[in-house]
Amino acid sequence: MAKSRRELSSLVLEHQYNPQVEVVPREEAKKILRSLRAKIWQIPWIRASDPLARVVGARPGDLLRLRRRSPMAEVVETYRFVVPA
Amino acid sequence: MSALREVEPVLERLREVLPQSLYRELVAKLSREQMDREKALEVIYETLKLYVKALIDAGEAIGIVTAQSIGEPSTQMILRSFHFAGLREFSMALGLPRMIEIVDARRRPATPLMYVYLDEEHSKSREKAEEVAKRIQSVTLETLARSVDVDYLTFSIVVELDPEQLRYRDISPKHLEKVLAKVRGKGLEVEFDGNVVVFRLDTNDPVKLRKIRDKLLQTRISGIKNVRKTVVRQDERTGEWYIITEGSNLEAVLQIEGVDPTRTYSNDLHEVAEVLGIEAARTLIANELKRVLDEQGLDVDMRHMFLVADAMTWTGRVRQIGRHGVAGKKESPLARAAFEVTVKNLVDAATKGESEVFKGVFENIIAGRYIPVGTGMVRILMEL
Repeated sequence: MAKSRRELSSLVLEHQYNPQVEVVPREEAKKILRSLRAKIWQIPWIRASDPLARVVGARPGDLLRLRRRSPMAEVVETYRFVVPA
Repeated sequence: MSALREVEPVLERLREVLPQSLYRELVAKLSREQMDREKALEVIYETLKLYVKALIDAGEAIGIVTAQSIGEPSTQMILRSFHFAGLREFSMALGLPRMIEIVDARRRPATPLMYVYLDEEHSKSREKAEEVAKRIQSVTLETLARSVDVDYLTFSIVVELDPEQLRYRDISPKHLEKVLAKVRGKGLEVEFDGNVVVFRLDTNDPVKLRKIRDKLLQTRISGIKNVRKTVVRQDERTGEWYIITEGSNLEAVLQIEGVDPTRTYSNDLHEVAEVLGIEAARTLIANELKRVLDEQGLDVDMRHMFLVADAMTWTGRVRQIGRHGVAGKKESPLARAAFEVTVKNLVDAATKGESEVFKGVFENIIAGRYIPVGTGMVRILMEL
């Protein structure tokens, strides 16, 4: 009756409240930060223990690219910086 | 000839600049109209001009705008909210109390609820939806019992089951036996005799006996922990059947067959943050705030809700707006002191030897300097 435990992680990705996520490669992350004129810690954080971060296998220090569904612009691209715990 | 082909290279570059919805609208309009290249470029130029004009300038005090945009309408909310009381099957926090609950990020909402949406198969009819509701709602031994007796002579508890309840809740005697068998242990024997369940105990303390009886009656036979009540409802607009539950256990309900896990959610911010992550909590905060205001007929732009939600989830955890959250964790000691509990904040900052760098708004007002907002943000570098 109940679905298996592992499936829950994929449910997290599919939930309507969650954005699409991907880990930004290091080189690209540097470029993005330069274009935003921001230090990495000035980007909103996400915990490495966050279900969403865990699903994509993000580690502390990574930059996550989020594609949020937005009522105004349909899709908005933002970032979150993965911090420990 | 459509105007589209003429300006294709220009449009390609606009794709990077304009939001997707605006870009699509522009392309759709251009492909429908007949115009030459010059006219089309003019249209694009005007669109771009209006778009850039609508963008928020650097240094704009958006926090204040949001605070006022949400604050003013909520003053009207208090007076209106009691007209709605008693209209629902559920007691649920509405209006201002709910809004305070959200921005305070309470550990548990006053009325934890889940909105359980169903998959294709189960959302079409009431019967199918009820089926899923039965799987979710927790049923205790107490609801299944017709009578409960404590026999002080043989030190046993006799529970007579109600066959009607068993049938209604879809619980087979076999399932019941299996669940109750697990209760066995520590001087407790379970015996089944038709519709009667007898628990034999090896204690002869009447007080303890009664305590065990109460515990036994609360044993969950089926369903999900914490879900006390389910109500099956139909969406007026789409005709879709869904379930509202009193009590919340998101992690378990997402894994139930027949539930659509992509839309089901709970109104407990912390639970959503835990199960689905901080981004889902952000969306929930914004949506719930919007819903509360919409219910009262107040029209507040969604972007204000997003700003509040962003501030609350910035650190990757749900923080309240207040002393223990957003305002209390500010870098500047003067800004913290200006908010609440002034003396304590100042003493704490002094004992820790914190320094004030005058980068925020509050501390600069206190010091009588220009605040870093709007034109106050710019600095001049002079060559000496």
